Amino acid sequence: MDRVKKSMNRWKIINRKKIEERIFKCLMVASTLIILAVLLLILATVIVRGLPTLSLAMLTQVPRGGYYLGQGGGVANAIVGSLLVCAGAIGLAIMLSLPTVLYLNVYARKSSPFASFTRFSFDVLWGVPSIVYGAFGFAIMLFFGLRTSLLGGILAVTFLILPIMSRTMDEVVRMVPAELLEISYCLGATKLEAALRVVIRQSLPGLLTAVLIAFGRGVGDAASVMFTAGFTDYIPTSLLRPAATLPLAIFFQLGTPIPEVQNRAYACAFILTVIILMISVGSRLLSRKFTKHNLR
Amino acid sequence: MDTSSSSLSQSQLSQPLPSDQTAALHGQPQPALIRLLQGSRLIKDKLAAASMLFLTIGSSLMIFLIALQLYQRSRPILAMKGLAELLFSTSWRPLRGEFGFFPFIMGTLWVTAVAVIIAVPLCLLTAIYLSEYAPRMVREWARPLVDLLAGIPSVVYGLWGILVIVPLIKNYIAPAFGTFSTGYSVLAAGMVLAIMIFPVIIHVSVEVFGSIPYEMREAALSLGATGWQTVKYVVLRKAMPGIIAAVVLGLSRAFGETMAVLMVAGNVARVPSSLLGPAYPLPALIANSYGEMLSVPLYDSALLLASLILLAIVLLFNILSRLILIRVERNIQ
Repeated sequence: MDRVKKSMNRWKIINRKKIEERIFKCLMVASTLIILAVLLLILATVIVRGLPTLSLAMLTQVPRGGYYLGQGGGVANAIVGSLLVCAGAIGLAIMLSLPTVLYLNVYARKSSPFASFTRFSFDVLWGVPSIVYGAFGFAIMLFFGLRTSLLGGILAVTFLILPIMSRTMDEVVRMVPAELLEISYCLGATKLEAALRVVIRQSLPGLLTAVLIAFGRGVGDAASVMFTAGFTDYIPTSLLRPAATLPLAIFFQLGTPIPEVQNRAYACAFILTVIILMISVGSRLLSRKFTKHNLR
Repeated sequence: MDTSSSSLSQSQLSQPLPSDQTAALHGQPQPALIRLLQGSRLIKDKLAAASMLFLTIGSSLMIFLIALQLYQRSRPILAMKGLAELLFSTSWRPLRGEFGFFPFIMGTLWVTAVAVIIAVPLCLLTAIYLSEYAPRMVREWARPLVDLLAGIPSVVYGLWGILVIVPLIKNYIAPAFGTFSTGYSVLAAGMVLAIMIFPVIIHVSVEVFGSIPYEMREAALSLGATGWQTVKYVVLRKAMPGIIAAVVLGLSRAFGETMAVLMVAGNVARVPSSLLGPAYPLPALIANSYGEMLSVPLYDSALLLASLILLAIVLLFNILSRLILIRVERNIQ
């Protein structure tokens, strides 16, 4: 009698175990499906709403008079402006972050307090919202008496992507085997030579990926350029002129009550999404191609 | 930088070189040219090290620079009003010189809380599925897809929110509760934000789960635990610090997110009273007031103070999460 009871109990436990397993597995599959569906739905919405309005004129012309009332023209000003702001910011950020990363990994000792403090501060900076960088850039511009300009936008986006680029590069350079450095020292190289000729070459694909990730983040960000780069209907001719950017073009066109202009905002969103997806797919392919020649 | 250091070392060449150690080690006289070359290489190295150190110190101090600059700019308003009044007053009338941030701070908190409540369970279940249960095909397709979508700009998420979420709330969710809503609401902003932080949380937690040694799972499974029990008692426990880090990362992204929230939150300067009512989060306020900022006295100062508050809260989050992480890690070991 007792044995039967015991085995019944065991069955109950096993049953509960199995039921729990079932329930949670269903929940997991459901939530995975929900998340993937939502993400695909976003892409689908952007394509379905954006593609019909997209035309060659949108890509190649600047807004004509009455553009924001539904007249002709395009958003070439915003496309070129976005690319200029980002290219400038990428250049500045590479000049700042590459030496920093090389210093942390080649010159500083691996676990020195200074190195870990620097990494920590980059981690913290990564979390700082882009609107704060926008406000900071704006404050600096007030300090120097600048108006909204391409230069201001470049500065703000540089601040925004600097921590992203540095941390991503740092992760890559950290993966370079210590033996490679030791071998270069044995051959008589100075640390600088080892850094420039061995470390950079070995981690080049990763560095490129870091640059592309930073580019994608910079191109898509609106809050940091809102105060600093301003908005204009023209392609900027100098660093001190304001520059339009794609995210802001989307935002402003969406704010008008006219349906045609709103449709153009969807088309701009499509352009921006395509640029960013191209960059991120490109960076994946690039890193795969380059790693072929690396030592492991 | 390379060119500048080489030109400097050119000028150094005319001076007598410091006796370098390599020459002494070799113990034999070296041709002058080689000594010169070695000297210049060492000098180059030193110069590069110094300038790199300078840049590193500079960029690690950037956070202080930002805080200092924002504080400097917000001092005029802090001189006029007490910080407590600014933080807890609910009246926002810039034209009369009344700057109460309380509605905006509450708006931010509501929106972020809704986003985290929606995102965390969904993301954790997905991350567990992807790392523990999913067949290889699913895993290989789902993870890059999620990563790819992390790059989609916030304006696009905001636009999608206006096209899909806002009508959904207006036409279905609000009537279902028997109330009216324009759709531009705390819930809309929270849902859009939740979707925005999906990729962040999933990516980090999948990586954390992947770092747990496989032997631990095998040990649990061989004791007769089911897959879910293994996850519950072994994987989740071991991964807790990483999960906290993932959630906090998502949280701080949601906290400072500007454009998407600005587009769907409704932007009414009142303390939110319900999920279906409008909110006006802090970042949206900063971005939205750009036009009138310079024409109203103290307005720019107030907005820079708002960004300082935002910065302070995000810093607090980040540093706190670090400390928690360190403590939890110590407990597990």
